[in-house]
Amino acid sequence: MTSLETSQTDKPTRRISIDQVSRVEGHGKVTLLLDDEGHVHQARLHIVEFRGFERFIQGRPYWEVPVMVQRLCGICPVSHHLAASKALDVVVGATQLTPTAEKVRRLMHYGQMLQSHALHFFHLSSPDLLFGFDSEVSKRNVVGVVAAYPELATHGVLLRKFGQEVIRLTAGKRVHGTGSIPGGVNKSLTRAERDELLAALPDVLQWAREGVDLVKALHQKNTALYESFGLFRSSLLSLVGPGGRLEFYDGVIRARDADGQVMVDGIEPKNYRQHIEEEVKSWSYMKFPYLTALGPERGWYKVGPLARVQNCDFIHTPLAEAERQAFREAHGGQMVHAPLAYHWTRLIELLHAAEVIGELLRDDDLMGDALVVSGERVGEGVGIIEAPRGTLIHHYKVDSQDLVTMCNLIVSTTHNNQAMNEAIRSVAREYLDGHEPTEGLMNHLEVAIRAFDPCLSCATHAMGRMPLYVEVRDASGAVVGSATKSSR
Amino acid sequence: MSKTFTMDEREIPFVEGQTVMQAALADGVYVPHLCAHPEFKPHGSCRVCTVKVNGRHAASCTLAAREGLVVENQTAELRELRRELVQLLFVEGNHFCPSCEKSGDCKLQALGYELEVKTLHFTQLFPDRPVDASHPDLMLDFNRCILCELCVRASAEVDGRHVFALSGRGIDKHLIVNSESGRLADTSIAATDTAVSVCPVGVILKKGRGFRVPIGQRTYDAAPISAMPEGKKP
Repeated sequence: MTSLETSQTDKPTRRISIDQVSRVEGHGKVTLLLDDEGHVHQARLHIVEFRGFERFIQGRPYWEVPVMVQRLCGICPVSHHLAASKALDVVVGATQLTPTAEKVRRLMHYGQMLQSHALHFFHLSSPDLLFGFDSEVSKRNVVGVVAAYPELATHGVLLRKFGQEVIRLTAGKRVHGTGSIPGGVNKSLTRAERDELLAALPDVLQWAREGVDLVKALHQKNTALYESFGLFRSSLLSLVGPGGRLEFYDGVIRARDADGQVMVDGIEPKNYRQHIEEEVKSWSYMKFPYLTALGPERGWYKVGPLARVQNCDFIHTPLAEAERQAFREAHGGQMVHAPLAYHWTRLIELLHAAEVIGELLRDDDLMGDALVVSGERVGEGVGIIEAPRGTLIHHYKVDSQDLVTMCNLIVSTTHNNQAMNEAIRSVAREYLDGHEPTEGLMNHLEVAIRAFDPCLSCATHAMGRMPLYVEVRDASGAVVGSATKSSR
Repeated sequence: MSKTFTMDEREIPFVEGQTVMQAALADGVYVPHLCAHPEFKPHGSCRVCTVKVNGRHAASCTLAAREGLVVENQTAELRELRRELVQLLFVEGNHFCPSCEKSGDCKLQALGYELEVKTLHFTQLFPDRPVDASHPDLMLDFNRCILCELCVRASAEVDGRHVFALSGRGIDKHLIVNSESGRLADTSIAATDTAVSVCPVGVILKKGRGFRVPIGQRTYDAAPISAMPEGKKP
């Protein structure tokens, strides 16, 4: 069978689609081309919305950017808010933030990680995992989870609420706050705010541990499914912190190959362009990033929890580190590529985020009043952060009048573009090829996509000369003409 | 015994020379307004302060208070009229509150909330208005100009510099600066000028300030514009 990216058959095919993919952030669709025998000849995840932030931020003052670009997303705005701020720290010469600013931002970010992971697992994915991929569709949703597992659903909601409260107290609002500014932050925490969060922390840690136990039990109950569903092998990429630790806020880029061998390491954010390029394809608004050294065919990779937890050498918080070890032991120390393992690692990260929030809340620097620093202005800055869905790159150029002249965003979900397409092709081969596609079978494709927790609205930035491939077929499906327009 | 007029069945005292709006505000009665400012002569251009006097519409900022006037202020009809005027101001410019640093301190936005502007209602014009960031300390974002002329008046009457003026007519009317190049950098403006601080919206901005004031501490975070003493308004 072919890669299924583009149909190679001359047979008549019919097109079926999932339009739109549900229980993910943003709008996307899946299309399949099937022949008369039901064999799959093409499977694609298309991103059908267009945003254009990279373009319309041009000409705006740089200090507006962290607040404007976070509107890319309603789920992970903090990630964009902070990645932009980090890039603009460089522009305003803030090479070293104050301890208060650094820790308030970290707290905001780990609160974001916690709430986003809770939202994804409990609200969006748990219906598939708890009820079955082809279970009764009317119950396969968060309302069904509330009815069948009220305590679990409540804990999921409260976990998310806690993360949102962390964000509110650091950014000013639960969604789309203004707390981070170039060079620092505009507020620190009061003692009362800190104590309010600390009081809720024991429950949060307990619920986070229960979450990991649940996802582990799901894996153990049906190991064969969880280790093979949508399986494909790929490289993986993420930031790592000092000593190779798991790190979400700041670090250097590391990539491993599918066997776990480190391919590149220690790449400073400012040098990302020497190592990562993006390919544009005619059938999606989402670009396809790849490692320059390996090229577009072999250089694509996956990002996000499954990449991060396996890319790091250790997790510095004890509970999450124990769970990372358990994850490795469960897989014999081998690299794990199964998309459903994203859930397990996502919950390990959720636990880690709760532990880090506890560390930060016990640090009095959070209540300091030295908020902003500045230094020598430069014309360009790159900020990279690990967003809930993976590595997030913001790159800006700013002219001498303080206006943005260039913006390049490589968003977490964009990095996973090829990976998600590979996952649905794997599922299409395994479950749909030769079968009449039922709703339950089609949901298998969505389950594979959901594992990556894609945020499609964040990720669509193709701009300018879109490539185009047009094919004309006769009634029998035979190609009678074609035309191509390159993006270059 | 002071002289009075009636506003929404309430007796409003006034002294000779006061406008209806000045007398009402002094008595603690809010009349929505944008181009009016206590430190400047009445202007009467935005018409958001329109009231109904003896059955006829009038701008309360320019209408002299007179004994025996019967003024309607907070009626459903006037709220609807004022809402439409504010909606028109929104659609004539490019007002993107979510990313505007004046958000929370902006009189137009505050009035939008006050008048319950829930949609723009009218078709947005999306005018093409490049910003002027030529000045080292200040920036002009013409996208947000509501043509209130407060900067024009402040620069001429208080700062003595005559930096700003309005040019063009009708829908083409726009703010210009007083330099041959047309750039703010080539004017005599200073960041400490009253013309800079008087802007009720996000046109005249101090560079680098951005979002330094956290949510919760901005002018209109604490109370709606109608509940704030005039002296504290930006």
